[in-house]
This record gives sequence, C-alpha cells and structure tokens, in this order.
Amino acid sequence: MTTQEWPLWEVFVRSRRGLSHTHAGSLHAPDAELALRNARDLYTRRGEGVSIWVVPSAAITASSPDEKDPFFEPAADKPYRHPTFYDIPEGVKHL
Amino acid sequence: MTATLHTTAALALGDDALVLSHRLGEWAGHAPVLEEEVALANIALDLLGQARVLLSMVGDEDELAYLREERAFRNLQLVEQPNGDFAHTIARQLYFSTYQRLLYTHLAAADGEFAGLAAKAVKEVAYHQDHAEQWTLRLGDGTDVSHERMQRACRTLWRFTGEMFQPVEGLDIDWTGIKTAWLESVGDILRRATLDIPEGPQAGAWTAGAGRQGLHTESFGRMLAEMQHLHRSHPGASW
Repeated sequence: MTTQEWPLWEVFVRSRRGLSHTHAGSLHAPDAELALRNARDLYTRRGEGVSIWVVPSAAITASSPDEKDPFFEPAADKPYRHPTFYDIPEGVKHL
Repeated sequence: MTATLHTTAALALGDDALVLSHRLGEWAGHAPVLEEEVALANIALDLLGQARVLLSMVGDEDELAYLREERAFRNLQLVEQPNGDFAHTIARQLYFSTYQRLLYTHLAAADGEFAGLAAKAVKEVAYHQDHAEQWTLRLGDGTDVSHERMQRACRTLWRFTGEMFQPVEGLDIDWTGIKTAWLESVGDILRRATLDIPEGPQAGAWTAGAGRQGLHTESFGRMLAEMQHLHRSHPGASW
C-alpha cells in the first residue's frame, strides 16, 4: 500500500436556488469525481444542498495573513464606502 | 414457520439489507481514509433504514435482528461474505447494489406491498451502485496491484452471484430479465475497468447459494455473535 496522500479539495455548497455557493469545508479525494461524491457524503446528507462545487485547494490563491493590513486596513477608514446609512426593510433576506 | 408470501419476501430483502449494513459498518475505524469510511457508513445507514422498514413488516425489528439463530436468517450468502480487502468490499457492493437497483426498480413500478419502500430505496441504491462503479473503474484501471486485487475479488465472489436470481416467494419479478440486465450492467462496468468478466458458473455445482433457505457460510455465525451479543447479554437495554 502506498502512503501517498490524496490531494485536498475545497467544497462549496449552494443551499437553495437563488443563493450563491458557500464554502462548506475541505476533504481529501483522489480526483474531482470522487471529491464530488465525498462532498455529497460529508456535507449534504441532511438536505443542505442543491448543488456542489469542488475546487483543488492548490488552485486557490489566498491573501496572506501577513499582508492583512495593507490589504484591508485602508478600506476600513472610508465610511462612505459602507452602506450603513439607511435601514434595511423588513423581509429582505440574504443581504 | 407458517410464513405467508409477504413474510418470506420481506425477510429475504430485509435480511440482505441488515447483514450487508453490518458488514459495511465493520469498516468504521478501519477504512483506508476517513472520507471513504464516511461513504461506507452512509451506505450502511441507508441499508439499515431499509432493513428496519422490511423487518417491521414481519414483526418486532429488534427481536428479528438480535434474537434469531443463524438458520433463521434468509439473506443471500453474498452479503454475509467478510469484508476482505477494500477490493472485496467494492466487488461485493458492485454485485449487490446492481441487483438491488434492478429489483427495487421493478418493485417500485409494480404497485405491490413493497412499492413504497422500493420507490424511496431505489434512489439510495442508485448511489450505492455509482459508488461501487466509481471504485471498480479506479481499482481495475489503476495500478498493477489494484488491478490484480480487484480482479481477484471479482472472481472470488462470482460464485455467490447466481443465488440473487433464485425466485423469492411473494415477489412477482421477471428473474430471468433481472439476471440479463445484471450481467449487462456489471459486464459493462468490468469491461470499462479493464477487468475480465469471471468465467466461472453462476449456478449449479461449484457455486454457492442457499442463504435464502437458511444455510450460511462459516463466517456468518461469528458476525451474528458480534451483532447480537449486546442485546443478548443485556436484553431490552436501551440508551
């Protein structure tokens, strides 16, 4: 038996029609087809989803925690960028 | 036993599901990787759900599962075969889930007493077959070692497959039609997996299969002992 690890995949699940896919977690699988099936078993067994995406974790380029300040700090002091000046009407969900 | 037709069929199908469920459950804590362990356990739970419905048609599900002797079980000998290596488990899954999918498809369409259960179960079983197919393709058409092991597993379990097509009392099924469809479906998957279709016979001498009559293979007694021991040691225990 080989000890080679299967690659890691990130799983995105769309819980209902009209919503976007949300990151649900990650798993190991030898290829994309089996990653989909493992995702079905791990993340949608209780009726959580209508659609699944799997993406090789290696294909994701992430911002580095070290660059957090230059990346995100400048945005925080520009309040006019934030839509915080009006009330959200009742009944509007998923905003 | 003064069994009606209904009882015979429910026991046969229910015991198949119960016994295979227990065998698959034995992988918990032992499967090659965590994701596969969850997949096998999910399949086991689907089967356990089917077994509960079917055995409840006959009597008290706990009594039937935990207090019957080996000879009273009516499952196919195929499903009681030990897990073996992963290839054996997959070959057993491929043979049985293909059979179960064909059987339940017919039962769901037939509008009899099993139609409700079959309609729900056929979706679960279609997934079980897909799982087995995916793995058969990868192991058969994988490395030299995986190919050899998968081929060996398919060959070893082949002699248990003929029993699946013995008519079950109480089920109005075209058994010859099911057998033809089974051979076509399994044959197609094996071919795509670069595996040879085993040459041995499925019926007659040198084949196995009297599970439906209550005769079981050696390892089944040990499996039952493990499955029933808690209930027999602590009757009525619950938590």
